[in-house]
Amino acid sequence: MIEKADQIFILLRNWLVSFLPPAWQTAAGVVLGVIGIIAVFPGLFAITTVLERKGIGRMQNRLGPNRVGPFGILQPIADAIKSLTKEDVIPTNADGVVHFLAPVYLVVVAFMGFAVLPVGRNMVLVDMDASLLFYFAMGASTEVSIFMAGWSSRNKYSLLGAMRAVAQMISYEVPLLLSSVVIVMMTGSLSLVKIVEAQNQYTWGLPHWYIFTPWGFAGFIMYAIAGTAETNRSPFDLPEGESELVAGYFTEYSGFKFALFFLAEYLGMLSISGLGTTLFLGGWSAPLAALTWVPSWFWFFSKVMLSIVVFIWIRGTLPRLRQDQLMNFAWKFVIPMTLLNLFVAAIWRFMGEGWLRWIVSSSILIVVYIAVARAGMRRKHFGPRSYRYAD
Amino acid sequence: MGIAFWIVAALTIAGSLAAVLFRNLVHCALALTVAFAGLALLFLQLDAQFAGFVQILVYVGAVAILVVFAILLTRSSETPKDGGVFSTTWLAGLVIAAAIFAVLGWALLQSLAGLAQQSATPSVTVQQIGNALMGRYVLPLEIVASLLTAALIGAVIVALHEKKQEAE
Repeated sequence: MIEKADQIFILLRNWLVSFLPPAWQTAAGVVLGVIGIIAVFPGLFAITTVLERKGIGRMQNRLGPNRVGPFGILQPIADAIKSLTKEDVIPTNADGVVHFLAPVYLVVVAFMGFAVLPVGRNMVLVDMDASLLFYFAMGASTEVSIFMAGWSSRNKYSLLGAMRAVAQMISYEVPLLLSSVVIVMMTGSLSLVKIVEAQNQYTWGLPHWYIFTPWGFAGFIMYAIAGTAETNRSPFDLPEGESELVAGYFTEYSGFKFALFFLAEYLGMLSISGLGTTLFLGGWSAPLAALTWVPSWFWFFSKVMLSIVVFIWIRGTLPRLRQDQLMNFAWKFVIPMTLLNLFVAAIWRFMGEGWLRWIVSSSILIVVYIAVARAGMRRKHFGPRSYRYAD
Repeated sequence: MGIAFWIVAALTIAGSLAAVLFRNLVHCALALTVAFAGLALLFLQLDAQFAGFVQILVYVGAVAILVVFAILLTRSSETPKDGGVFSTTWLAGLVIAAAIFAVLGWALLQSLAGLAQQSATPSVTVQQIGNALMGRYVLPLEIVASLLTAALIGAVIVALHEKKQEAE
C-alpha cells in the first residue's frame, strides 16, 4: 500500500501505456513523462507567482492581489488571459528573427533541465550517466538567449541589461559548478539518481543528507548564492531592476513573449531549487527514518517549495547589489571559498570515520571564512569617488 | 548512419555556411552557435556523453558568448565595404583550405586503416576519462591549465596597459 502510493505515477503510466501495442510502449511512456513535466512545473510556476506577490506584499506591509478569487488565488489565470490578449509590439528597427527566437529558445532550454531531476523513487525522465553535466550544459545555454533578447531589441537599455546579465551569469557559473563538484567528489558519480540514493541512508534516525556535513553546508550556502545570481533573482537582479534599466533585456517584449520570459525565469528558479534539493537536501528521501511511509515525490516537491519560499523571503528582505559589488563578490570571495571547500572535502574523505574529521573540517571552514571576510572588508578606502568616462 | 546523422550533419553544415555567408556579424556568431550545437549532437550520437555535454557547456555557453562580446566591443556589426562577405583574394584562400583539408583527410584515412578491426563503438564512461586525465595524461592537463592561466593574466595585463596609456 505504501509502495503503491509512492509509485502511483509510475503505475499510472504503465497502465496507460499497456493499451498500446508493444512496439510503441517505450516512446509512449516517454511522451507521458514529458506531458507530466509540462503539466506539473508550469502549475508550480502559477502557484509561485501568487505566493510571491502575496508574500512580498505582506513583507512590505501591504496586501498582495486579492481581487481575483479568494485571497487572490486565481490571479495567475487572470495574468495568463491578459498576456495572451495583449498586443505584440515589436520595434521597427528590431531584428525580427532573433527577437522572435530568443524567448522560444529560453523556454526550451529551461524545460530541458527538468528532464534529469529525480522527482521520486524511480521517477526520473532520463537516467543518464552524466546527468549533472547535462543539467549544467542546459543552464549555460540560457546566456545565449538572454544576449539574443537584449541585442535584437536595438535598445541601449536592453543591450546594457543583457550584457550585465550575461557577465553576472558567467561569473556565477563557476561557483555553481564548483560547489556541485564537491558532491560529485564525495559520491563518485555524476548521475543524479545515484547522488540521491547515496543520501537515502539513515543513522540513528537522521538522514545522510549532504547538507548535514561541514563541506555540504558550506557548499549549499555557496550553491544558493550562485543559484540566486544565475536566475537573476534579487538581491542579484540588477539586470532587470525596474528602477535602473526599465526592465533590462526584456524591455521591448510585450504580451505573450514577456510571459514566456517570466515563465522561463520562474522555471529556472524551480529548476535550480530542484537541483539544490537533489544535491544537498537529499532529493526525494524523507527527513527522518520514521517518515519513510510518506510518498517520495511529496518530499521532493515540499523541499522545492521550501526553497522557493526562501527565495521569495530573501527577495523581500535584502537590498539589491550593484554590478561591481556582485562581480567582486563572485570572483574574490565565493570562488576562493568553493576551492577551499573542495580541499576540505578531500581532507574529510581521507581522514576516515570518526568525530575528528568533523572538528577539523568545520574549524578550517569557519576560520578561513572569518579571515577572508575580515580581510575583504578592511581594504575598502572610502575616499572621494573617481569617475572613468567611456569614449 | 541513420536518418538522425544526416539531419544533424545538415544542420551543422548549414550553420557553418551561414556563419560565413551572413551579412550581419552577430547573426554569423549565432549561426556559429548552431554549428557548435550540431557538433555536440554528433558527439552524443557516437555515445560520447561527456564530450557532447562539455561541448555544449563550453562552446555554446562560454565561447559563443565570448565571440559575441568581442564583436560588440570592437567593431560595429556591418559588413566591410569592398566585396561584401566575399573577399577579393578568394583563389589563395581556396588553395590553402583545400591543402589543409587534404592533409586532414590523409591523416584520418591513415588512422582508419589501423582501426578497421574493431566492430562496436567503445563506450567510455566518465570515470575512465577521469582516471585517464589524472593518471596517464596528467602532464598535458597541467600544461593546458597553465596555458589558460597565462592567457587570463595576459588578457588582464593587455586591458590594464591600454587603460594606463589612455590615462597618461
